Amino acid sequence: MTTSEKLLTGNEAAAWGAARAGAEVVAAYPITPQTTIIETLASLVHRGISKAEYIAVESEHSAMAACIAAAHTGARAFTATSSQGLALMHELMHWAAAARLPVVLANVNRAMAPGWSIWTDQNDSLSQRDTGWIQIYCVDNQEVVDSVIQAFALAARTSLPVMVVLDAFVLSHTAEAVHIPEEEEVRPLIPEWNAPWKIDIDRPAALGSLVPPAEYEKMRKKLCDAHAQAALVIEDLAATWRKRFGRGAGLIESYRAEGAETILVTSATIASTARVVIDELRDKGVPAGLVRVRVFRPFPVAALRGALAGAKRVVVLDRNCSYGASGIFYQELRAALCGVPGAPVVHGYIAGMGGRDVTPLTVRAALGRAMEGEAPVPESTWLSE
Amino acid sequence: MAERMTTDAPRPRPAAEPRLPTLGEEITRPGHLACPGCAVPLLARTFLKIAGPRTVFCVPACCFAVIDGPFPYSSAGVPFVHCAFETAAVTAAGVKAGLRARGQGDILVVAWAGDGGTFDIGIQALSGAAERNDDILYVCYDNEAYMNTGIQRSGSTPNGAWTTTTPGGKQGRKKNLGMIMAAHRIPYFATVSPGYYNDMVAKMRRAISTKGFRMLHALSSCPPGWKMAEEHSLTSTRLAVDTRIFPLYEVDDGRFRVTVNPPQRPVSEYLRLQGRFAQLGAAGIEAQQRAADEDWAALRARCERHGNVND
Ligand SMILES: Cc1ncc(C[n+]2csc(CCOP(=O)(O)OP(=O)(O)O)c2C)c(N)n1
Ligand code: SF4
Ligand SMILES: [Mg+2]
Repeated sequence: MTTSEKLLTGNEAAAWGAARAGAEVVAAYPITPQTTIIETLASLVHRGISKAEYIAVESEHSAMAACIAAAHTGARAFTATSSQGLALMHELMHWAAAARLPVVLANVNRAMAPGWSIWTDQNDSLSQRDTGWIQIYCVDNQEVVDSVIQAFALAARTSLPVMVVLDAFVLSHTAEAVHIPEEEEVRPLIPEWNAPWKIDIDRPAALGSLVPPAEYEKMRKKLCDAHAQAALVIEDLAATWRKRFGRGAGLIESYRAEGAETILVTSATIASTARVVIDELRDKGVPAGLVRVRVFRPFPVAALRGALAGAKRVVVLDRNCSYGASGIFYQELRAALCGVPGAPVVHGYIAGMGGRDVTPLTVRAALGRAMEGEAPVPESTWLSE
Repeated sequence: MAERMTTDAPRPRPAAEPRLPTLGEEITRPGHLACPGCAVPLLARTFLKIAGPRTVFCVPACCFAVIDGPFPYSSAGVPFVHCAFETAAVTAAGVKAGLRARGQGDILVVAWAGDGGTFDIGIQALSGAAERNDDILYVCYDNEAYMNTGIQRSGSTPNGAWTTTTPGGKQGRKKNLGMIMAAHRIPYFATVSPGYYNDMVAKMRRAISTKGFRMLHALSSCPPGWKMAEEHSLTSTRLAVDTRIFPLYEVDDGRFRVTVNPPQRPVSEYLRLQGRFAQLGAAGIEAQQRAADEDWAALRARCERHGNVND
């Protein structure tokens, strides 16, 4: 731990990221395990370290509404939530993206009720898949602080809202050594958001009014196109981070995947557990590697096709399920590889729902079963079965 | 929208008010889409002439959202931020916070919502903003039903009124918004009626110049929704006051004060003007009279407690 590093939980890292990026309006409502993000921010505002206007709203729905409203003025708006809170925001998640507003949200992945669970899985954030938000899944607390800062830059450059996702407890309440970039280092990377649909008292206009179908469709295509643009900006920011700070991934992270016959594809903290398993396998001479999907929206189709080219089999480990279909990353990856000549066989496994531990044993089981020739099933195989 | 209906009720001639107040320049532009006789354009236009151009409107789903015009048009003449149905108050709070953060804290931010967006689906966000005393002005234009979606009942629909979801007349009374807001101890609350224009203008001025959370509750006549001839629109808003069905009062830091002492006409004069009350028989009207009398007495008692009665 160097002098510029601090011991921070994932939640503190998220709060510091928002403060360092210069969040101007924070509106939030507490929910386990997000609470310490907004408590830390309240304290940073109280101590004058953050200059944000802090609105202690009466619900998550209002938190997102306030962020949307504040973003309309050009102010950098931030909120944080988790599971039930994110679900309550759903109507406004669509709104923020379709209004093309640069709102930043940190979501602590927590399983949806019932039964009540405060532990991690991804069904809360993945249920927001089609809203138009960028989604970034973090592997450690350093990536949390960096991703939150990058999110403000990315949002301003693309006029898209950005969700930074971190696992409940595994990151949110676990302290790691984290380098917090200084304000002077990161502020110049975050441009002023100056879209023509910003509230301008001297050029009064209606924002969000009734649109005829042809105009509506045009707007939605632009929203979709903005995601393609966002993929480039994400890689650009990653390159900047590597140059300035010597760290960080872009859309995906490949770990010992070159020349691998079997590649594990997963996301968030499962990937850091998986690195251990890949090292073991490589030490034994088994040609296995790992590809971590850091960004789920825009879905990095080209990057994944490139990283998986040449592999015999891909094993997707999902901490989520689209009931009636399969693991969601599994579903998306199969779609991404569909029609690619010589594409690998794709296996899907589900583990870790409701915060059930995903240990090296779990990862080994998934890889082992696939490598031993278990036939892939379209609905994913639940590892616990 | 419902079909237009005329009634053969006698048309009372309200006494004209002596002189119209002088207002500021016209902000609203031509081209609004309200029905003929709708009170909303009159309310908004008058309000903006007082508030001036450094004003932002935050408007949820409701008739006003349509009245302003479709993309890319806007008739308001000030920034008009559309927002989700239940978010008027918090949208205004968020715009205000953003403007303050951007050094434009002097701009007046107004939430302008219908009764549905205020009494019902938006009451949670409204209560939150009122409790925080956010520095916004909330205008509820009350046409006593969900008009935008075709005249369904709301928590503001009066007892006995026909709507498409209360085909036999609503059972149960309208929520008392003034009492709800007074319980939040906001700095300023007032009821206004376009039929008492000078009183309305005075209260708009008061609300605009007050800091913190303030609210105007405006009776907003709606000819199609009330099944009323459009030429009776303004008359109806005056009769609502004169019959004490919609008393004009203000709550100033918790102190109630009646601002217009009406001549007390029988409620039937107001009810008979509107087809939505057509199914009320003599007993129904009698019950409405009793309710109006009781409410008036309760309001007066509240004002007396605050030493605010001048007959
Ligand atoms: C969450 C949600 N539910 C329902 C609607 C449909 N809706 C739009 S406007 C409206 C009624 C508005 O009534 P009110 O607030 O009284 O305004 P008015 O139209 O009467 O002027 C309804 C039900 C919506 N837009 N959003
Ligand atoms: S339906 Fe009623 S409130 Fe809506 S525009 Fe017409 S008159 Fe106005
Ligand atoms: Mg209404």
